[in-house]
Amino acid sequence: MESSKRTFVRTLACAVVVAAFAAVAFAQSAPPVKIGLLATLEGPFAAGGQDGIRGAELAVRQRNGVVAGRKIEIIKASSDAKPDVAVNATRKLVEQDKVDIMVGPLSGSEGIAVKEYSKTQPNITFINGSSGAQATTLVNPSPNFFRFNTDGGQWMVGVGKAALDKGYKRVMIIAEDYAFPYSQVQGFMTEYCKLGGKVPVKAWVPLGGKDYASVIARVPKDVDALVVVLGGADAVNFLNQYEQAGGDKPIVGGSITVSQDILNYKGKRRDSLVGTIAGAPVADAYEAPEWKAFVADYKKNFPDGYPSPSLFALVYYLNMKATLDGLEAVKGDLSDGQKKYRDALTKMVLKTPVGDIKLDGNRQAIGTTFVTEVVKDAQGNLYNKVLKKIDNVNQTLGVPPSEFKVGSRDEPNCP
Amino acid sequence: MSAANWRRAMNMQTPRPVTTPSPASARLARDPRVGRFTFENPVRPRHLIALAFLVAYPWFATPFFTYQIGAQALALGLIALSLTFLGGYGGMISLAQMTVAGIAGYMVAIFGTAATDGVTLGWPWWLAVLLGIVIATLAATFIGWLSVRTEGIYTIMITLAIGVGFYYLVLQNYAVFNGFQGVQKVVPPTLAGIYWRDPTPFYYLALFWALAGYLFVVYLVRTPFGIALQGIRDNPRRMHALGFNVTAHRVAAYAVAGAIAAVGGVLFTWYNGLVTPGSVGTSWLINILIIAVLGGLDHPVGAFLGAVVFVLLQNFAIDVIDRERFNLVIGAVFLVIVLFSRDGLLGWWTALSARLSTQRGGNTWKAARGRSYAR
Repeated sequence: MESSKRTFVRTLACAVVVAAFAAVAFAQSAPPVKIGLLATLEGPFAAGGQDGIRGAELAVRQRNGVVAGRKIEIIKASSDAKPDVAVNATRKLVEQDKVDIMVGPLSGSEGIAVKEYSKTQPNITFINGSSGAQATTLVNPSPNFFRFNTDGGQWMVGVGKAALDKGYKRVMIIAEDYAFPYSQVQGFMTEYCKLGGKVPVKAWVPLGGKDYASVIARVPKDVDALVVVLGGADAVNFLNQYEQAGGDKPIVGGSITVSQDILNYKGKRRDSLVGTIAGAPVADAYEAPEWKAFVADYKKNFPDGYPSPSLFALVYYLNMKATLDGLEAVKGDLSDGQKKYRDALTKMVLKTPVGDIKLDGNRQAIGTTFVTEVVKDAQGNLYNKVLKKIDNVNQTLGVPPSEFKVGSRDEPNCP
Repeated sequence: MSAANWRRAMNMQTPRPVTTPSPASARLARDPRVGRFTFENPVRPRHLIALAFLVAYPWFATPFFTYQIGAQALALGLIALSLTFLGGYGGMISLAQMTVAGIAGYMVAIFGTAATDGVTLGWPWWLAVLLGIVIATLAATFIGWLSVRTEGIYTIMITLAIGVGFYYLVLQNYAVFNGFQGVQKVVPPTLAGIYWRDPTPFYYLALFWALAGYLFVVYLVRTPFGIALQGIRDNPRRMHALGFNVTAHRVAAYAVAGAIAAVGGVLFTWYNGLVTPGSVGTSWLINILIIAVLGGLDHPVGAFLGAVVFVLLQNFAIDVIDRERFNLVIGAVFLVIVLFSRDGLLGWWTALSARLSTQRGGNTWKAARGRSYAR
């Protein structure tokens, strides 16, 4: 008796499971589109990577997870900002999990390595995450790697002129020693040097350095300001040590130097950041209704996120939105080695919270840059005010492509 | 010469292949048949099955499994093998094995061709590889010479210091090592019409060198040198009293391990296609130790078993748990293996085969004998 009852319950359970599967299969007549999503969930940019994932998920949620009748299936992977780890994670997503489209990675050197890998997978479309090194799309570009965000150099356009307007005629540069800050410094100096500014000293410091005493000792007396292109903990460490050393030069920031996470740190030097100018593809206090709607949507979906979406959230959002908009444009048709899909991406004008973005011949974004200034609101919080909005910034910063050189430690130079 | 003395001394005395404090080897020592161990055919059916599996592997595995799981595990296993040899047979735990591998990788990149301008010399690939292995072996010898005078935890400390020192050197030196970004696109050459970085050719390349390294270590530990080294591991003072140059044997062990790690380093650099300071950072120094301990230090095959488990975890732990927390799984598996086995995965194998043979009516020493032959 007992056993027959058990058999009955089991049969019933089986029937329910089978019915459920059948229902699911029926609901999804078209197979889902698999999208790989790679961000740094470990290492120095773990917090940024998490916010990047939020941005990408927001783009999917805005479409309720369905594009052109096909369900969107996101498969995530993690790296730690090292190129070899990023390539291993990407290879797993592409070759093992068989994703159709790949979105990522986060950091500059990773982007270059993933772009190289994309050449070996011509039938998969690769779309950048938030990596911002110039070389990714400028040197040996890959025909199936798309970047719908502007790069580190483009983010600093307009800052050189703003610095001269503030009366900074000679500046010293303090930046981390890798591809992304090279691009940022180039974006700043290309304009600054052309308009007559001078950069007598550049100090390149290792990523994750803790002691800036030797750099601070090298600050010449006759410079008017410091251009600080440091990210995360490096920026906070530098600002604190500069304060303790009695430094009083005004600061010009890089795109991730005066972002929300750093503006909210506690320290005496905090107030002296007021008036710091910087360039970025995002500004907290941008007034456009599209941006305000995006911020509200971000806050509603991610109550545990930042008070305002970070640069990583915005840029991952842009790239994921481009991925999905492209799918919509071809009605989910990824046949013929995704040829139609790529054509659609190439021609697309992407509507974003920060203005329209289109691609150049290397599949690199041409878009908007904001020059910002740090101000203090009534509650004493610091935020970035829009000083100037510059549209249609291209990758070679207005210089003809034949004369343009990729930024490095010594390029550009105007002592 | 001194090693020959030792063997003669061993043959005249009671034959004792290994001195381990376990009861199994105590039983072993009493068994007269143990003395024959060098003359018996060491090839067992399971060896042939394993070899057939390894050779056939690319024919049924996907390119992903061939390259990212198979070839990576073989290359990493070869680097870990150098530590298994040093630690298991020499009693010296060096954290600098990845540094030696990294030196070989950097030398191949710098002397050979790569995409990074200004740092590569563009010499032929075979010369670059040869120079890389020679320079890395010399570096390993130097590391050995520095650290052999220390014991236990102090060896770990001094090799860790060397490893971290090299990491900061390559991180901050731009003239030679190109700093943070390292050297990109360091790939194997195209030879005989085959691009050796394609999954299957690279797998066989890695398999060849892994087998060569494995057999070399298996052979070496039975030579007079290897036996003397194990003697030094177990009782350096007694070996010294017998007339052995303890320091020289240990430095030589470092040199041999260095050559193995160098070959592994060249393969691993080719596998990644680049070499950066991240490849020789602290996390990798410790990963090699984890691989070796995970597999077991008792036998050279442990390094490769450990590497397979390590690579599988690195790739698939993210699939079994929440994406943000997958490192927990990796940590938990390591903990379970180390906590419940005296000697990593090999320890489980030994325990399992011992149990099986007692069930089949054999006695425990028979099972333990298999393990002892392997040593």
